[in-house]
Amino acid sequence: MKRLLAIARKELRHILRDPRSLLVALVMPAAMVVLYGYGIDTELRDLPLGILDEDRTEASRALIRRVLASEFIRDAGRIERRAEIEPAFRRERFRAVMVVPPGYGEAELGSSGARVSRADPARIQALSQASLPASNQAQVQLLIDGADASTAAIVESYLRAALAGAGRGAGEAGAPPADPRVRILFNPELESAHFIVPGLVAVILIMICALLTSIAITREKETGTMEQVLTTPVRPAQLVLGKVAPYLLIAIADAILVLAVGRIVFHVPMRGSWGALAGYSFLYLMVALGLGLLISTVARSQRVAMTVALVATMLPTIILSGFVFPFASMPWPLQALGRVIPATYYLPIIRGIMLTGRAWYPLEGAVLAGMAVLLLALSIRRFGTRLEA
Amino acid sequence: MDHAVKAEGLTRRFGDFTAVDRLDLAVAPGEIFGFLGANGAGKTTAIRMFCGLLAPSEGEAWIDGLSLSRSAEAIKQRIGYMSQRFSLYDDLTIEENIEFSGGIHGMPRAEIRRVGAALTARLGLERARGRLTREVPLGFKQRLALGCAALHRPRILFLDEPTGGVDPLARREFWDLIYETAAEGTTVFVTTHYMDEAEYCGRVSIMVRGRITALGSPAQLKRQTGGATMEEVFLRVVEGGGERGGILPAADGAGGASANGAMGPGANGGKEPNPGGARGEEA
Repeated sequence: MKRLLAIARKELRHILRDPRSLLVALVMPAAMVVLYGYGIDTELRDLPLGILDEDRTEASRALIRRVLASEFIRDAGRIERRAEIEPAFRRERFRAVMVVPPGYGEAELGSSGARVSRADPARIQALSQASLPASNQAQVQLLIDGADASTAAIVESYLRAALAGAGRGAGEAGAPPADPRVRILFNPELESAHFIVPGLVAVILIMICALLTSIAITREKETGTMEQVLTTPVRPAQLVLGKVAPYLLIAIADAILVLAVGRIVFHVPMRGSWGALAGYSFLYLMVALGLGLLISTVARSQRVAMTVALVATMLPTIILSGFVFPFASMPWPLQALGRVIPATYYLPIIRGIMLTGRAWYPLEGAVLAGMAVLLLALSIRRFGTRLEA
Repeated sequence: MDHAVKAEGLTRRFGDFTAVDRLDLAVAPGEIFGFLGANGAGKTTAIRMFCGLLAPSEGEAWIDGLSLSRSAEAIKQRIGYMSQRFSLYDDLTIEENIEFSGGIHGMPRAEIRRVGAALTARLGLERARGRLTREVPLGFKQRLALGCAALHRPRILFLDEPTGGVDPLARREFWDLIYETAAEGTTVFVTTHYMDEAEYCGRVSIMVRGRITALGSPAQLKRQTGGATMEEVFLRVVEGGGERGGILPAADGAGGASANGAMGPGANGGKEPNPGGARGEEA
């Protein structure tokens, strides 16, 4: 214990003596929250919508008014002829165009006086596919700029939603209009920051932790001080734990910082228990530490360690864990890859705790614990007390 | 009585390359033993095996009577080690380095404070205790590293080229400190390629290509090889691969082993390239 403390104290001094690195380690995550929170914003506002009204009836004008009432759509002007649509897209005047065909008003009147349901702008409505059957001549047509495919998908669903609220599917005459009102629970505004910030904790914890620990150990290999320490009676576990303990503190401080920024800037709620979050996060941190240590047993220089740590943690965590892209929608090879990434298990936990308040995650917790034990045991074993790998 | 350091057939191979080849050696307690050899002769590899940093490929060694293969951890309680890269932390103060050296050896705090104070007083660094180690001149750093390696009063102190890159005066001061440490009963096992330093040793061995080809006190070796100085002795032994020296039978007629001027003071800055690339980053 005395030796472990001596090592931890020394490591802490290294950190404090280099305030710039410490500042980077603390400021970078906070900056990441702000950047990602605003940057990965899957919400849409002020979508420039062009309108071509070929019907020119009371019904078509009413529809247009209601669609434009939606808060995320901006009236970007009217079009007179279909031939104008494509040039307008090319000039990026519109991101989407709505065409109301001739005969829309008639079809609307023929549909046995069904009410037009109002859009509730405060609530996002999800749509059934039935609302825009392609075959009907009198059907409203949506043209969406597909150059940016992911935005196009969002635009489509938003416009469908707006249409469902403003008009109604004219296809099935006589049938009551399908008006699926989906109530979104837990994150009713679908604020992407609420989703992103907990995810960022997952990214930052594993990145900082793996990076700092692997660098701290390879640095001693580089300067030759590791050689000195290995000739002393220090046991590998003492050496490893003593060295990583101060970095564990930094990672915890980072997590708190990220959550604080999330709460203050993006109003991310905390519906679950802090204790559960702390407990599962600690498990996750152990996995990150194990990973960093394992990297340091392989890498011989700080530069290699840094590269490996970043490549092994940052990209897979962001791309494969469900941080940005939903896990369920990934093709199976990527899902298989994603299953070995610790964040894949931590993300549902932290999102669940913060957004739904659920406290108990036996499966994810068990997987994380297993990963932590495996990685730590493997790295301490590999570490040994000899110089050779 | 147990030997402080004893090796029998100690061998270390890196792939096809045999860095240390059937080394036999016995060092008595309290000796200052000079472990000489040209660059790449296997000195560092041997010393690393003695300190438990490298596992021998074959053979056995005993440190303070303890078997290297069976009691590696117990041996670590009894040795001190200072590498050619005098392993202090540049970004820690002198005092913090001392504290760390004592701490990892499990010394009580009060004792660390007492011994540490004596060390800084001995080095004339009392008023620099709070200074960062990187600001201290190299000669002081090396003596401080020696002091740190010997802080826990090891039975045997292994020094691997401890005086690289400093002037003769600083080396002289370093050796004063070695003598003081040895006077307290510590066995000192030191590698060097400064031949004037070899004169300070009680006995020296000369290693050529992984094998010891000459062994004895400086006076003995001079007599046997007819060299007037240790430098001449060294050249004759190394160039003759041990045959002309005739002190120990050589394994082979290793004529013209790579001793080209590397043992002059200051040559090559005291650095020895790693035999067999045990640590690739030095390349």
